[in-house]
Amino acid sequence: MALDKYGIAKRIAKEIKPGYYVNLGIGIPTLVANFIPDDMNVVLQSENGLLGMGRFPYEDEVDPDLINAGKQTVTMIKGASLFDSAESFGMIRSGRIDLTILGAMEVSENGDIANWKIPGKMVKGMGGAMDLVASAKNIIVAMQHTSKDGQPKLLKKCTLPITGLACVKKIVTDLAVLQVMPQKGFKLLERAPGVSVEEIKNKTEGTLIVEGEIPEMVL
Amino acid sequence: MQKKISGAEEAISVIKNGSTIMFGGFGLSGIPENCIEAISKSSLTGLICISNNAGVDDFGLGLLLKNRQIKKMIASYVGENEEFERQLLSGELEVELIPQGTLAERIRAAGAGIPAFYTPAGYGTEVAEGKETRAFDGKMYLLEYWLRADFAIVKAWKGDTAGNLIYKGTSRNFNPLMAKAASYTIAEVEELVEAGELDPNQIHTPGIYVTKIFKGINYQKRIENKTVLPRT
Repeated sequence: MALDKYGIAKRIAKEIKPGYYVNLGIGIPTLVANFIPDDMNVVLQSENGLLGMGRFPYEDEVDPDLINAGKQTVTMIKGASLFDSAESFGMIRSGRIDLTILGAMEVSENGDIANWKIPGKMVKGMGGAMDLVASAKNIIVAMQHTSKDGQPKLLKKCTLPITGLACVKKIVTDLAVLQVMPQKGFKLLERAPGVSVEEIKNKTEGTLIVEGEIPEMVL
Repeated sequence: MQKKISGAEEAISVIKNGSTIMFGGFGLSGIPENCIEAISKSSLTGLICISNNAGVDDFGLGLLLKNRQIKKMIASYVGENEEFERQLLSGELEVELIPQGTLAERIRAAGAGIPAFYTPAGYGTEVAEGKETRAFDGKMYLLEYWLRADFAIVKAWKGDTAGNLIYKGTSRNFNPLMAKAASYTIAEVEELVEAGELDPNQIHTPGIYVTKIFKGINYQKRIENKTVLPRT
């Protein structure tokens, strides 16, 4: 059965290692924070100027001057720090962030990502996504495997305006975990419980590399 | 040096039609609410506004959009404003979208007297069209220029009559960068004290960058996505 958005977030959380500085994008990536074990030493960066983002506040802790990049109210962990936007992107561009998790509308088999614009329809802007994908050491994409009307989103080439070139390392969808193999294609690593390799193949337009037995995700 | 003025109306009286203005804030956090409201009640038009976001439909810069006071918007993310998207798609509003880190650094560069710099953000995308590129250590970068303005309007938590500013929480965001990047900077603050009452060790924006300062009133501090945990 295909995963729901919480399932995708739960699987991605397994990629986070102790000691990591992590930037979570808006949408499914934000949910990943819910599945990081409490005792794991991980520091979340929010690009609006906070290192050490904590849980959501209780009602009596809400502070309008303390929000995350998705404009949600948040708290700070012990050891948190606050800074301006130039400082924030300085730490991103200089490669201090160990893992960046973001959503995508399309990913191509060489790791290009498109997630900021649908010409003539939707123009929300790129926010910090172009800076993040241009500099992050390790980018994992959280996305649905196909569009609402069933069209593949893992493509040979992106059709939408791209956000960054050859930058995505790994993709977790509702159906599968895939690794981007530069110049080769999407290597299938895991499948969602009960989802067949055949179904993943049918729903992937880009080259799908299947080697040996593909295990089910352990959530 | 007297920088203290009476309020938002006096502050914005120096702004002219067609001025380029930077507005601090990220989403609705740390926006200069008093000055935005005063501009929305003024006859100012043809403004070129530089701000990370464009407010929401009925608050922040959304107020100026609704009044058609903005000719051009320079921002990184405008997803929370339907009126903005409508004016953009219909061609009524000129828009320049800039990656957030590049926007911040272009403003920082202006305040630091650095005319241009190279950044990897946007390489290979439509943001790079027409821009000079160059490889450093095997990686490609874009040449980006400083971004300056006629006016910067920033919001701080505390300020003093010498123009020194201290911000709170994540409402700092673009405010200290913009304060340095304009020829004339207006600061509105929640608490205004006499010079000497703030600890010099804690100052985020030194007073040299601030032209006029006033104590703001009636801050709403609207929250876009209030998210709370239930008490169990």
